[in-house]
Amino acid sequence: MQSLGIDVLLKGSNFSRLLQGLYVALEISFVSVTISILLGLIVGVLMTLKNPILCFILKIYLEVVRIIPQMVLLFVVYFGTTRVFGMDLLAETSAIIVFVFWGVAEMGDLVRGAIKSIPTIQFESAYALGMNKFQVYVYIILPQTLRRLIPLSINLITRMIKTTSLVVMVGIVEVLKVAQQIIEANRTTSPNAAFGVFGVVFIMYFLICWPISRLSIYLEKRWA
Amino acid sequence: MKELLKVKHLHKKFGENVVLNDIDLVVNKGEVVVVIGPSGCGKSTFLRCLNGLEKVQGGVVTVDGLPVEPDKKSIIKLRQKIGMVFQSYELFPHLSVIDNLILAPTKVQKRNKEEVIREAIELLEKVNLVEKKDFFARQLSGGQKQRVAIVRALLMHPDILLFDEVTAALDPEMVHEVLQTMLNLAKSGSTMIIVTHEMNFARAIADRILFFDKGEIVEQTDDVKAFFEKPKTKRAQRFLSTFSYS
Amino acid sequence: MDKDILVSYIPLYKNALLLTLKIGWQGIGLSMIIGLAGAAVLHFKVKVIKNIVGIYVELFRNTPLLVQLFFIYFALPKIGVNISAEICGMLGIGLLGGAYMIETFRSGLETIPVMQSESALSLGLDKRQTFLYVILPQAFSAVVPGLTANIIFLLKETSVFSTISLMDLMFTAKDLIGMYAKTIECLFLLVVFYFIMILPVSIIGMIVERKTRYAEFGD
Repeated sequence: MQSLGIDVLLKGSNFSRLLQGLYVALEISFVSVTISILLGLIVGVLMTLKNPILCFILKIYLEVVRIIPQMVLLFVVYFGTTRVFGMDLLAETSAIIVFVFWGVAEMGDLVRGAIKSIPTIQFESAYALGMNKFQVYVYIILPQTLRRLIPLSINLITRMIKTTSLVVMVGIVEVLKVAQQIIEANRTTSPNAAFGVFGVVFIMYFLICWPISRLSIYLEKRWA
Repeated sequence: MKELLKVKHLHKKFGENVVLNDIDLVVNKGEVVVVIGPSGCGKSTFLRCLNGLEKVQGGVVTVDGLPVEPDKKSIIKLRQKIGMVFQSYELFPHLSVIDNLILAPTKVQKRNKEEVIREAIELLEKVNLVEKKDFFARQLSGGQKQRVAIVRALLMHPDILLFDEVTAALDPEMVHEVLQTMLNLAKSGSTMIIVTHEMNFARAIADRILFFDKGEIVEQTDDVKAFFEKPKTKRAQRFLSTFSYS
Repeated sequence: MDKDILVSYIPLYKNALLLTLKIGWQGIGLSMIIGLAGAAVLHFKVKVIKNIVGIYVELFRNTPLLVQLFFIYFALPKIGVNISAEICGMLGIGLLGGAYMIETFRSGLETIPVMQSESALSLGLDKRQTFLYVILPQAFSAVVPGLTANIIFLLKETSVFSTISLMDLMFTAKDLIGMYAKTIECLFLLVVFYFIMILPVSIIGMIVERKTRYAEFGD
């Protein structure tokens, strides 16, 4: 049996290049997830305010995000903006825009769900103490929802990381792209490298996402 | 008289906690045994041991001479001889009343569906619920649900019926209709073991009283009237005195 | 936007949609079978198999579909497992979806109170009958929202099919943009066709959810 590509990864700087590719993907995820969580908090609160126009707009926004694949959004933003606005967005910028657009909707929905799980009487008793809407949210509601939200937001991080693998489609040199390059470059000497290299990429993603999702489950159970 | 249910040296523990300690009991055919005692005395657990919902750490339960063994296949046959009605009714919410009733007779006993339906309707008539036969559990009151649950147990033609605090979750005005149903059953000669907190009902229906405390049978008597007027043991006296305000 | 171009592209998109739907739904079917079987294994706590199911769920929930597909399509042939692109797409959706479906079904089963199975057991039903006639039908209504969400998620995930050269909607759009540079029209149709593919599922899901909500009402 011929070698299955692990040796290829040990050659030269191949493995560190793979790690660098992974780093690119992770960087995009973390930037996107940070912005998403912050904006998502605001959007989530807005959704509970019962303003009909706002609600309607946000509902459409959520439904669009729910139905259109992130990959399609990525294409629309990356290829579409160039045509419509004559802007030439960097692939990274497009990716972050798309993932934030998606992530804010997801986070907003989580926040809305968490706020809705707070009994109405909590709002009422806060209003009865003479607080205004802003104070009620800041002092009473958000602190209570935060506990519920932390595990869910951590879970959003793993989903963001997994989704970021799509950026290979708009030409960003991340881990999958690097993997392809390595396999390509060693085609003659190690024709079966695809197995080992893609296998390693598979394991890399698992090793990153798995602990994070365990943490999320752990916190969810502990704080339930 | 025929011995129907026999319990010998029954022991039950939850971890280190002894729940039932060396229980002996014989129930004859046609007898109505009422189990009373303070909460947490093990009386509900005792009922659950009788039809094998709980594993026991020692002793044997036999019904009609056959041992109750939770992990054996024979338990399926045995449970058909033992009907059980729960405090929380446990009607199946995805099925209508009639489908709740015929599920076990048709699927377990493989009886003819039309016959079972006919019998179910007869029984529903007896408890004045025949017009509810196509309703779902959520559309019934607590008392109605509990009567359906009793009919569901009866349709399996059990030799013995277990009632686990069946009125405890009901509004007071619904307790009566359920107890009346049970009194009628007793009159018709059913063998029943009833766990209850309704002392007047216990007094009216019981052929025998078992007083449980701390996992043991403290007092057991056929003289029901005497028990309620003057129990022999201190513990039973103290327990009964909590029901009077004088 | 050029209307004539839109009209002339529609048949191409329609074919792509049909292919995506075919492979997507085959994969979803597979995922539901895996999901039910896996959830039953976890529910009955079948020794050893339950651990294997656990590992499978963790592996496939914590890696991107794209990486899974690359592995199945490009790596497996190197150890002698050759799979056509269509089967690969179906397997990818099926395996990824299966991991999610197991979780959904399992948590659905958990929502049914223990007393329900006890009451079925005391009526003389055996474990299998209790599962089949009492637990499963009730769990179904608890599962509908999660099931719909999973199906939508999986249909969206089909958008990576183009990477293994399946001529799906993404592939078609990319191809047409590359050839004729009618970017706006192509992207517009791409979005519209995804709506056509997924909106009905979203609506049907809502209707089914409303119709099967009996188990949620108190009794």
